[in-house]
Amino acid sequence: MTTTLTINGTRHDVDLPDDVPLLWVLRDELGLTGTKYGCGVAACGACTVHIDGLAMRSCQVTLGDVDGPVTTIEGLGTPDSMAAIQAAWVEHQVAQCGYCQSGQIMQAAALLSETPSPSDDDIDAAMQGNLCRCGTYPRIRAAIHTAAAKMKEA
Amino acid sequence: MSRIGKIARRTFLIGSAAVVGGVAFGAYYINRPAPNPLKPEAGQAVPNPFVVIDQNGVTLVAPRAEMGQGVQTTWAALIAEELDIDLDKVRVIHGPAATAYYNTAMMGALIPGKEYEMSAFQHGLAEQLGKIGKLLGMQVTGGSSSMVDGFTRMRHAGASARETLKEAAAQKLGVSRSRLSTEDGKVIAPGNITLTYEELAEDAAKIDPVTNVDLRDPSSWRILGKSVERVDMVPKSTGTAEFGIDVRVPGMKFAALKRNPARSGMKSFDASEALKMPGVEKVVDLGDGFAVVASNTWLAIQAAEAVVADWEAPEYPASTDAILAEMGKAFDLDPDSTMLDEGDVSTLPSGATEVTAEYTVPYLAHATMEPMNATAHLQDGKLTVWCGNQVPIIVQEKCAEVAGIEKEQVDVHTNFLGGGFGRRGDFDYAVYAAKLAKAMEGTPVQLTWSREEDMTHDFYRPAAMARMTGAVKDGSVVTMDGQSASQSVIRQFMTRLGIPPLGPDKVLMEGAFNQPYGIPNYRMRGYVSDLAVPVGSWRSVGNSHNGFFHECFIDELAHAAGADPLEMRYNLIRDVHAPSAGTLSAVRELSGWTGKTPDGVGRGVAFCYSFGTPVAMVIEVTDEDGAIRIGKSWIACDVGIALDPSIIEAQMTGAMIYGLSAACFGEITFADGAAEQQNFWDYDALRIHNCPTAEVKVLETNQVLSGAGEPGTPPSMPALANAIFDLTGKRARTLPLSHEFDFVV
Repeated sequence: MTTTLTINGTRHDVDLPDDVPLLWVLRDELGLTGTKYGCGVAACGACTVHIDGLAMRSCQVTLGDVDGPVTTIEGLGTPDSMAAIQAAWVEHQVAQCGYCQSGQIMQAAALLSETPSPSDDDIDAAMQGNLCRCGTYPRIRAAIHTAAAKMKEA
Repeated sequence: MSRIGKIARRTFLIGSAAVVGGVAFGAYYINRPAPNPLKPEAGQAVPNPFVVIDQNGVTLVAPRAEMGQGVQTTWAALIAEELDIDLDKVRVIHGPAATAYYNTAMMGALIPGKEYEMSAFQHGLAEQLGKIGKLLGMQVTGGSSSMVDGFTRMRHAGASARETLKEAAAQKLGVSRSRLSTEDGKVIAPGNITLTYEELAEDAAKIDPVTNVDLRDPSSWRILGKSVERVDMVPKSTGTAEFGIDVRVPGMKFAALKRNPARSGMKSFDASEALKMPGVEKVVDLGDGFAVVASNTWLAIQAAEAVVADWEAPEYPASTDAILAEMGKAFDLDPDSTMLDEGDVSTLPSGATEVTAEYTVPYLAHATMEPMNATAHLQDGKLTVWCGNQVPIIVQEKCAEVAGIEKEQVDVHTNFLGGGFGRRGDFDYAVYAAKLAKAMEGTPVQLTWSREEDMTHDFYRPAAMARMTGAVKDGSVVTMDGQSASQSVIRQFMTRLGIPPLGPDKVLMEGAFNQPYGIPNYRMRGYVSDLAVPVGSWRSVGNSHNGFFHECFIDELAHAAGADPLEMRYNLIRDVHAPSAGTLSAVRELSGWTGKTPDGVGRGVAFCYSFGTPVAMVIEVTDEDGAIRIGKSWIACDVGIALDPSIIEAQMTGAMIYGLSAACFGEITFADGAAEQQNFWDYDALRIHNCPTAEVKVLETNQVLSGAGEPGTPPSMPALANAIFDLTGKRARTLPLSHEFDFVV
């Protein structure tokens, strides 16, 4: 059966069973590989996307359950036109291997849209589901604070 | 005794035959340059295997795997510094698998002896030995060796390219090369004439590269020594960096695999139910497992669960307890090595107090964020393989073997690695993909391991155990006698490569025998258990367990001696290796160490010299309503020359967090021969809310430039255990600590 999704502002007709997780629709069907597979069980956050503006683990949302427009890391900003949060990631040189960072950035973007000036406790609460094996956490925290300050100025 | 046996007695495991014996290879062959693997197209200048210039610009080849350590940025910076071009004006690629990209430094580091004691002559010897790496085809990213390897070679590559471009300009303009200079990607001639590198590429391609070049004095460096924007940072912040798992080839199918959970063979399998599932195309026998090919990865993983397989029994004891009991028997064998034996450890000096302790650490998974995967395509007798890997030439050879073709017919594309930590220094993920490609000839196929398959089919950091005896007198250590037993990572890896391992295993005892402590009676013996549990290199390898044993025990000795553990370390090291002592001074100042902590706060210190880099670390823990919080950390390291301070700071911090995660929570246990841990919910790590703050001091007093990727890991685990002792009064001698202590989770 065909399901229609809106991803990063573009409509896509997807011909897959309803129970395929959104993660694999994005990666294997639509070629949007910025969203990563890490665990498949919502234990690492690497697959985080926004659905209707909320941060969701795309490995746990089936195609049939997608009930709003989807934003992926590719839709947040591009190398030539980065979102403020992405620019802060570059400013603080956050990424090491970089594999978890799409999910970290999507989670952080959702945090900032809900809590424009997050405290360290707010960051802890929002970001603790996102695993990074390289240990970039101190720079992630710094980048979120920088992005919050920049977005306030804007 | 056979000749090879005699050589083996004098030789240490260095990857192949008898190198220290000096009979293996002639100098001529070693010194002959390897062929340039970059085949220039019309109008392209390729003055050496590291620089390509054409009408579209400058491409720098950094043939080391970028697994997060920033190697491509700093290798490119070494070239760009001499080439007079900015990093944001060049493209950086990994390049093909080729012997020209051998790793000089890694082999040199494997010669016996303590690196910090090396004279300049010995460093030269290490470099000569390193050239063996070229013969062995070791284009390896590992051993924290990339900067040591590239520091001179890459600057030379950049300088050679620069002078070749100037020569092309000199010939074109009819002026002497000595009257030309370079700036910002251009050759500048008298009279304000400028020629861009792109304009000169076609002419430069026609002349012999200029190789007799001088390297710039560090005082004139524009890029090196400064924190630069990493070349992979924008791609990794926008989801556009291509990891192995992101490779998309037209017509590609997706596959998943399952193998024997007990790491042995497969008797048979029944795929009839899986083949009925919509979207499933094929189930392929991989020998010790099977792969399911489907229209997407998720379907393939689901269908693999529906296959019923009959597995062979494990080739090692079935439970963790039985494995460790077997490992302990190694202490009854003759030692595999005694690489440190100074003074007399067998007699207790009069008036000294004896201290003993035993330690055990578990098997550990690498748990890279990107699960193992590879993509392969066999067509018309040629195999193309895409994957993140630390050993492209080995991948090329091993994939050729299973595809039944010559290695020259295999192209290896090395993508970004979503974490390496040593795991991608093995090659199994690529070989399974090549087997699958052979069964699917004509169709490209991507083989992704589920997280569960990745966790349960790792080459683990081996469990290890130690028996330590020491003595203290007059406030310091007079005797330290250590024994470590574990599996030999190097022997297993060489056996997987098909190379017979010879000689004692130096790596097994790293972090124990080569520490710069001036202890008068000092011995370290290594014992090898030949258990068949699959093991491999895990960030810092032998240092990862010996650092824990050595530094926890030093702490116990300091306590028994009534000495401050930082001060006592400093006093023991000061006269042996000043840069090492310097890291202890620096971390004392950075942390404001007084030797005293208030109630509810504990501090621990540890030191380890590994991969040429001394690192001292202080960890602070606090009691938070009965749970332990790792609140703060301070790290001081000495890398000789800090080519990029920001990257070094990130490596030190990340390596520490990797070690602390293992110390708190990491363990792989076995039941029925199978690893019990499956995913991040039962193999967790520190996260942002329970990760300490970190302050890093990077020193540059060491004699030679040294590595940064691994040395932050070994001191992290003992520093934490020592801090917990300071907080609770209880010694932690077994990891992970979560068995005995509650952490903030």
